[in-house]
Amino acid sequence: MATIVVDGRPYEADPARNLLDVCLSHKLDLPYFCWHPAMGSVGACRQCAVKQFKDENDTRGRLVMACMTPAADGARFSIADPEAKAFRASVIEWLMLNHPHDCPVCDEGSECHLQDMTVMTGHNERRFRFPKRSYVNQDLGPFVNHEMNRCIQCYRCVRFYRDYAGGADLDVFGVHDGLYFGRAGDGTLESEYAGNLVEVCPTGVFTDKTLKRHYARKWDLQTAPSICVHCSLGCNVIPGERAGELRRIRNRYNREINGHFLCDRGRYGYEFVNDERRVRRALAPHGPDRSADPLDPNEAIARVAPLLAGRVVGIGSPRASLEANFALQTLVGPDRFFQGISTRDKRLVDTALALLREGPSRAPTLHEVERADAVLVLGEDAPNTAPRLALALRQTAGVVPRQAVAGIPRWHDNAVRELIQDAKTPIYLATPVATRIDDLARRGQHAPPEEIARLGFAVAHALNADAPPVGGLAPEVAALAEEIAGVLRAAERPVVVTGTSCGSEAVLRAAAQVAWACGAGLCCVLPECNSMGLALLGGGSLDDAARALSDGDTLIVLENDLYERTTAADALLARAGHVVVVDHLAHATGARAHTLLPAGTFAESDGTLVNNEGRAQRFFQVFAPSGHSIRESWRWLRDVMNAAGRAEAAGWHALDDVIAALAAARPDLAGVRDAAPSAAWRFAGNKVARLPHRATGRTALHADRSVHEPRAVPDPDAPFNFSMEGAGVELPLPAALVPRFWSPGWNSEQALHRFQEEVEGPLRGGTPGVRLVAPGAGPIPWWRDPPGPFRRREGEWRVVPLHHVFGSDPLSMLSPGVAQRAPAPYVALAPADALGAAVVVTGEGFAATLPVRVLPELTPGTAGLPVGLVGPLPAVVEVKPA
Amino acid sequence: METPLTGRIRADGEVVTLAEYRRAGGYEGLRRALGMTPAEVQAEVKASKLRGRGGAGFPTGIKWSFVPMGPDAPRPKYVVCNADEMEPGTFKDRLLMEGDPHQLVEGMIIAAHAIEASVGYVFLRWAYRTAERRLRRAIAEAYEAGLLGRDILGRGVDFDLHVHVSAGRYICGEETALLNALEGKRANPRAKPPYPQVSGLFGKPTVVNNVETFVNLPHILARGAQWFDGLSTLSADGGTKLYGVSGRARRPGLWELPIGSTAREILYERAGGMRDGYRLRGFLPGGASTDFLTEAHLDMPLDFDTPMKHGSRLGTGTMILLDDRTCPVGMNANLQRFFAQESCGWCTPCREGLPWVSRLLDAMERGDGRPGDLEKLAHHAHFLGPGHTFCALAPGAAEPLQSGLRLFREDFERHIAERRCPYGGSA
Repeated sequence: MATIVVDGRPYEADPARNLLDVCLSHKLDLPYFCWHPAMGSVGACRQCAVKQFKDENDTRGRLVMACMTPAADGARFSIADPEAKAFRASVIEWLMLNHPHDCPVCDEGSECHLQDMTVMTGHNERRFRFPKRSYVNQDLGPFVNHEMNRCIQCYRCVRFYRDYAGGADLDVFGVHDGLYFGRAGDGTLESEYAGNLVEVCPTGVFTDKTLKRHYARKWDLQTAPSICVHCSLGCNVIPGERAGELRRIRNRYNREINGHFLCDRGRYGYEFVNDERRVRRALAPHGPDRSADPLDPNEAIARVAPLLAGRVVGIGSPRASLEANFALQTLVGPDRFFQGISTRDKRLVDTALALLREGPSRAPTLHEVERADAVLVLGEDAPNTAPRLALALRQTAGVVPRQAVAGIPRWHDNAVRELIQDAKTPIYLATPVATRIDDLARRGQHAPPEEIARLGFAVAHALNADAPPVGGLAPEVAALAEEIAGVLRAAERPVVVTGTSCGSEAVLRAAAQVAWACGAGLCCVLPECNSMGLALLGGGSLDDAARALSDGDTLIVLENDLYERTTAADALLARAGHVVVVDHLAHATGARAHTLLPAGTFAESDGTLVNNEGRAQRFFQVFAPSGHSIRESWRWLRDVMNAAGRAEAAGWHALDDVIAALAAARPDLAGVRDAAPSAAWRFAGNKVARLPHRATGRTALHADRSVHEPRAVPDPDAPFNFSMEGAGVELPLPAALVPRFWSPGWNSEQALHRFQEEVEGPLRGGTPGVRLVAPGAGPIPWWRDPPGPFRRREGEWRVVPLHHVFGSDPLSMLSPGVAQRAPAPYVALAPADALGAAVVVTGEGFAATLPVRVLPELTPGTAGLPVGLVGPLPAVVEVKPA
Repeated sequence: METPLTGRIRADGEVVTLAEYRRAGGYEGLRRALGMTPAEVQAEVKASKLRGRGGAGFPTGIKWSFVPMGPDAPRPKYVVCNADEMEPGTFKDRLLMEGDPHQLVEGMIIAAHAIEASVGYVFLRWAYRTAERRLRRAIAEAYEAGLLGRDILGRGVDFDLHVHVSAGRYICGEETALLNALEGKRANPRAKPPYPQVSGLFGKPTVVNNVETFVNLPHILARGAQWFDGLSTLSADGGTKLYGVSGRARRPGLWELPIGSTAREILYERAGGMRDGYRLRGFLPGGASTDFLTEAHLDMPLDFDTPMKHGSRLGTGTMILLDDRTCPVGMNANLQRFFAQESCGWCTPCREGLPWVSRLLDAMERGDGRPGDLEKLAHHAHFLGPGHTFCALAPGAAEPLQSGLRLFREDFERHIAERRCPYGGSA
């Protein structure tokens, strides 16, 4: 550690960091634009100028840019120096020459970094008397709005989009004061990370287009810490609500997972919460047209409670919270609780969990993936199944070459990039089809899952002779396996990435075997947001449920559309005497319900999700839904149990009681209690306010009905108030309870550094969440039975599931923008198999005429079908000319 | 008086061919250099006190000495010739390249040997079509004669030389912006350190020198450092310098003179003095990005160090005259319009400050100057200064602005007070 002097006071500093970073880490106010904590320094905006003095006798000093100046031991600086202050104000003045004075109508207003910095420098008088420049804006697609007139040319957008996220269709055009940041022409931004521009842009050039449709200022948004529900990674998010409508999702920094960035599925998939297909009242559909009269909640409970006297089978869901699933499991008993996923999917997830629990390899966090020095990806198309992981891998690519850079500080971004050129960390990819991170791979293979698994097993054998060999490998595959083994062996922090998405247990086992053979981290992508939680909870598959269900039994389906899961949904539902569906969306399963109970979405309930690393994370209710019908799934199940006179749920007054019951029933899951502070947490007697203290119209919003201020909805489940009263975010909150990033003078999300221990460090109080899954301590459970090679069978095409970031997740598909980005149904075939522009594809419970996408890398005898777009996928199909 | 750099250039405008160049002793410097170790070549150039002729005057031998040498040094290393001559009033490199291109080729091979570079680029201003044609031809001749390519002159040295024609931006003359442009990127400058000697073209060790710097090398190597240093007795600097005059002189032009020659000699003895009816009010000694000097400075030696002591710079050594019938505000408006247009747009003060300066000066020329405008100009002259911006473009632009404001303040004030240009000009 070094000591530097700022305005006469000594501060501890890491000499490997730059002065701006150090000042912000010490919570000193110093304005900046082009620097970004995740992207380093480029010295463009000149906003962070300070005075540097040679020694204590130097009184003149010279202006330096803090972001480009190492915090060297003994260095002396001044932020308060009059010339430095004047220069910083002058930079704002220059940036304001052409910036429109449209804050009142700008979507960025109230969380604009440019506003904050302008106020910070004190510049307030306009001396420029000439006309402002203006630009034509572009239509950038459904997610991001473009307003170039507001641009202050900080270059952050292109640096994020191109350098950080690997995009190609956003660039900077023109020169001098005529720069243009946009696409070559109108059109949808292609990157699945484009939505981050909304947060990366320090002003209102790139704003959230979905927010624009139902706009509210940051200070008017009710927020709570939440978890993304659109894949298994568990990115931390900040949903914002006003007047009963979810308005947007923002990133919630979690150093170990999402850092500063989200994918567009996570950011824009929220609109199902506001969808007209929402179930908002309890219903008892009847008659041939399934028409339904709304039921009073108590009527609905009274209707279901007597059914508990008979046999009840429960089907849970990997998109419902651990608490909701546990409530159902409690209601029906562990033997009659089923996971609501197909046998194939359950086997995959169970295999993944077993590999993480029984083998010696730990699941790395995304932050650890980002620091790996060698990576093998087996089978997983991460950009489509876990996009934030793919973005992490793009950063991994720079790790090894950056390690080799000597004499240049890590934060000197352009200089480091210039030195490393195209050098990359060794990353090997083996996937069924090409992925959008193939450009990162040193080498790889596109092959059917068996062949991917065989490659993996061969790598494992090359690394460790205890792992069994693979017979009959092609010489080039054997050579590739040797090469990969050599790289992994030499690495200090190797990581193996795999997942369930290619539908192969063999691939999962092969990946684990490689990780075990070289001591690598094992990053395993799972299908859904709580797949891991559900697997931990236990319970059979949908096929098991069908076997357990006797004719006339009551069937309770929790937050699940069985028609997405199995082609046997009709048969299953038909046999039930009474179908109870607890869900927030109307869907095909709900249409078959005898009783439909309206559940809260993630934004209207609290609970715990367990991500792919086995980390239990709490999401908190963002807003209280209007009316009294919608309630948390676990509450419906509790109410039914209580009404039926069942004792188990009698003490479940609040979420903490459910968690306590879970911990008591399942000591292995007791860690869930510590995922976040309980509802009893207080700061000086106060809960945390979900609303900013500046929320406007608190009384006016309801004035058409009553001039009296409505009483805030009580919340027994969380240490938050549905109100602006209570502890504010400027207080030192536990990291899991930070509902938004804001600090006096820092209205934008750039306030983050005030919540971190240091820039890029963990949040104060530590990273939220608790690991429920730990590696096994026993002998390595080597898999002895690598699969044989893929052999094509006459008249049969092996189905390869193909995932789409926009399209394969049903919830997000209710967002119009996501649906717009999704492909139309298709079948992908190898060139040799492409029998025409469209083909008839048939399989077990599957028949469709689909347009053909020819994929040169696909192996003949395999057929790619898009997950989520054509119904449940059979294992094999037949393909005939249309 | 010796004129080693321009002596062979033909009066008829035709190019000096390889045969002619060799007859006049060409490539003898190279032959001698190839007989020396790179370290010895560097030592010879260091001893000659040759300083970079692009404008900054950094000692060439010292510049080279920062290049990592030896078997472990990153490779390939590059030698790049900055021939993107776009400084207003400057046309010296054009003459050298059009008239005697082999001199540049030879200089670059010597430099390549000195730093063990294997690839070279001439980064050429797009408008220099004749120079391009003649350089390409000279390079082809050199390849044919075994002076370029593998095993040059049988001495085991390899060097390939390419001509890259610039897309045409003033900022490409900034050596790191030039390197970015050469890599196919936007021509934005890079932050230094790292310097190009360590991380230059494609991140590899690179030396960027000006055309005029390179063409001195064959002579230093052929005739020795001492001879070179002795070419001028007028200054601590060695060698000759190409000096130019543009503006209302009787005979504007370009001359090779011992470095340290005075402005008076250049203007009155070479350029024939001012045209009839014009009086000298001031001059920019070395291109548009140098501070105004006045008659009082006419007897000052124009070498690298002396003008600095008087608040200006030698720059490219090609002076632009301001006469008494030309409006100093209008001249500055013209210059600032150029600099504003040529800003790369990377850093805020340059991108936003220069257009504001340009608009203020244009307004004054239109008769729309207002009280307070001079304070705004002075504010920019200060805050666009060295260290405040990302590269030297804006500080260069600030030089004629701040010296103009100081030396011709009355003119600026009259523009505002009279709400017109007293010289009858309009922007």
